[in-house]
Amino acid sequence: MYGWFEENGLLLGLALLDGLAYAALVFMVAVGLNLVFGVLRVLNVAHGSLYAIGAYTAASLGLFLSARGLPEWASLAVLVVAAALVGGILGPLIERLLLRRIYAQEPVLQLLVTFALFMILEDAQKLIWGTQPVQNDAAMRLLGNFDVPFAGDFIPFTAYQLFVLPGVAVATLVGLAWFLRRTLTGRVIVAVTTDREAATAMGIDASRIYLLTFTFGAVLAALGGALSSPTASLVPGVGAQTIVLSFAVVATAGLGQIEGAALTALMIGLSRSIAVYFMPEAEVLTPYLIMVAVLLIRPQGLFGAAETRRV
Amino acid sequence: MTTSSSLSRRSVLAGAATSGSLLMAGSGAEAQPAKPAELKIGITTFLSGPASVFGVPAKQAAEMLTDQINAAGGIGGVPIRPIFVDEGPGTEHLVGEFRRLVQSEGVHVVFASISSGSCLACTPLSDELRKTTVLWDCGTQRIFEEGNHPFAFRTQGYGTPEVLAPLLYLLKHKPDFRSIAVINQDYAWGRDSWELWKAGMDAMKPGVRVVAELFPRFNSTDFSTEITRLLALRPDVILSTSWGGELVTLVRQASERRLMERSLMVLPVAEASMPSLGRNMPAGHIIGSRGDHWINHPRPRDKASLDRFTAAYQARFNQPSIYPCHHMAQALSALQAAYNKAIAAKGGGWPNDQELAAAFRGLTFDTPTATITIREDGQGLEDQIVGLSSFSSAYPYAVPEKMMLYPAAGISAPVGQKSVDWLKTLRAGMENTAGSAI
Repeated sequence: MYGWFEENGLLLGLALLDGLAYAALVFMVAVGLNLVFGVLRVLNVAHGSLYAIGAYTAASLGLFLSARGLPEWASLAVLVVAAALVGGILGPLIERLLLRRIYAQEPVLQLLVTFALFMILEDAQKLIWGTQPVQNDAAMRLLGNFDVPFAGDFIPFTAYQLFVLPGVAVATLVGLAWFLRRTLTGRVIVAVTTDREAATAMGIDASRIYLLTFTFGAVLAALGGALSSPTASLVPGVGAQTIVLSFAVVATAGLGQIEGAALTALMIGLSRSIAVYFMPEAEVLTPYLIMVAVLLIRPQGLFGAAETRRV
Repeated sequence: MTTSSSLSRRSVLAGAATSGSLLMAGSGAEAQPAKPAELKIGITTFLSGPASVFGVPAKQAAEMLTDQINAAGGIGGVPIRPIFVDEGPGTEHLVGEFRRLVQSEGVHVVFASISSGSCLACTPLSDELRKTTVLWDCGTQRIFEEGNHPFAFRTQGYGTPEVLAPLLYLLKHKPDFRSIAVINQDYAWGRDSWELWKAGMDAMKPGVRVVAELFPRFNSTDFSTEITRLLALRPDVILSTSWGGELVTLVRQASERRLMERSLMVLPVAEASMPSLGRNMPAGHIIGSRGDHWINHPRPRDKASLDRFTAAYQARFNQPSIYPCHHMAQALSALQAAYNKAIAAKGGGWPNDQELAAAFRGLTFDTPTATITIREDGQGLEDQIVGLSSFSSAYPYAVPEKMMLYPAAGISAPVGQKSVDWLKTLRAGMENTAGSAI
């Protein structure tokens, strides 16, 4: 065993660096979905579309502004602005015009409605951005590379991948935890997540909380997409693959659990990158193997509380 | 009464004639069709999902060419009408759509498909429904190597020459390479193309060390872990048959992290992604185009025709015409040639399904860059051009330089042989004889 670590320890170190960056992106998308699911109890399939539109908008806005003399240093700020725009506009629209009408409906119907919305938004993306890859890597190029020493050599990582992605994810986690536990609005959201009936009986305006939470979740989804845009080329279908992975994180983490989403994203990110190094054929399976393993032991998820059936 | 009796006799005669026709059809003969008011073509292509990066440009090319053909009088004097079907929802959906196109829409011919899985599902239907089916883009070698399909024809090259040509180029350009890694999409083409490459490489240059075989999830947007591993392994050569947005992402991430300074990349399906990559594509790497239709082809068969096609497409859609556009053009060119041949053989009469299929076998048709022949097994022979990525003032994206042209007949598995078995019989030195500088 010691020999294995001696031989592969350095590779494991590289895998950890890669895993952290991947986990950061997974967390950004999944935490929004988890929050929405926790409060609204609606499994929003269109969350993947908000991710994709956030990514496309960030890339397009960056290209548009840089063609008009936007300084390079502002390219990072453009990502946040794009996410705020997408989440801030689409979030309230979707919640008010669509979701509000189906809160009392069967979960299957809710799933179908958000799936239909996902399909509509997929086509809208094709109409707006076409089918050819869209890209803008200004934010990645801005920060350059960071060389990590490796066995007498060096491995170049982008500073964006190494510092920005994990940094934003940690800031989001800490900020969310502070918001949910230290502010009145946050505590109200937690109260609705924990027991919706009791919270509304206490006079909480659930309608306002739903709107706020969904908008917040939409901004987080768009931010995840915006943060991914400097490293990825955007093509139709980018939202679909994101939503599947996010569902795995939500199921593993437990309903409405922010820390659970962070830990699950970390487990998935690290296990995936370790698999690429040591067992590449298992890479695709790792998130779902983790999900199955956790749910077999804790059906309510890592951090979820077991619910008693109400009669 | 007389009238009634007469009608009755006519009905009986008509019934007998119809029954006879049906019986004849069952025994192999076909009804003799009248010239239709329009020639309907069912075209299956990706209109949704990641592969729409190919499917939508091909649809656009079909629309543009259809307009041009109809403006010139159609095929045999009949205007053509394309009916598009999306491959995106999957094979089961496509099989139903194929039947609908033939049985409800009454299409005269089907163009199928981009995905190899789609083509594998559609060719048995062409047998069953006895409907001429032009395989206009898919590349799997299995179609004509694992079965006989009398109504199916491929109007472009396929996986074997499209993988072998870049391998031969590599063997000539960098004969001393000793290690290789592969990073392909995790689906049929990614796996099959690696199997073809490895069979040829092991036969012509045994002893090359394969340091990594990476198959990231289809439609991945992050290759940072794979790139770190490849940076650590430092292979002499990295092969990737990936395409579309994934290839663009892979090259951008690899280029940013200087992987392409450490290893030579071989990208057999690069052409379609070059416009998207622009100046982000590093120079000096091996690039292929699934054919010979590079925009800077130095000696096309008909330069005016090539320029006309690329300029018209650019003007109408504000995009360069990538290889699926050329494959669609080839399919339509083949269809025109086949109808002309069949009509001439019938002395001006309109051909039935069987006569049209017969015209496709052994057909020779022109493309702007070359002439393609369809072999007796239905496979088209399309030449391959491979080169090194380079930049000039003429294009805002990479195009090949130091090009080699590989005639199709020499790099395709002979009729009746399976590609992998044939590739295993190749020997060192083929890289010096199979192609020529162009």
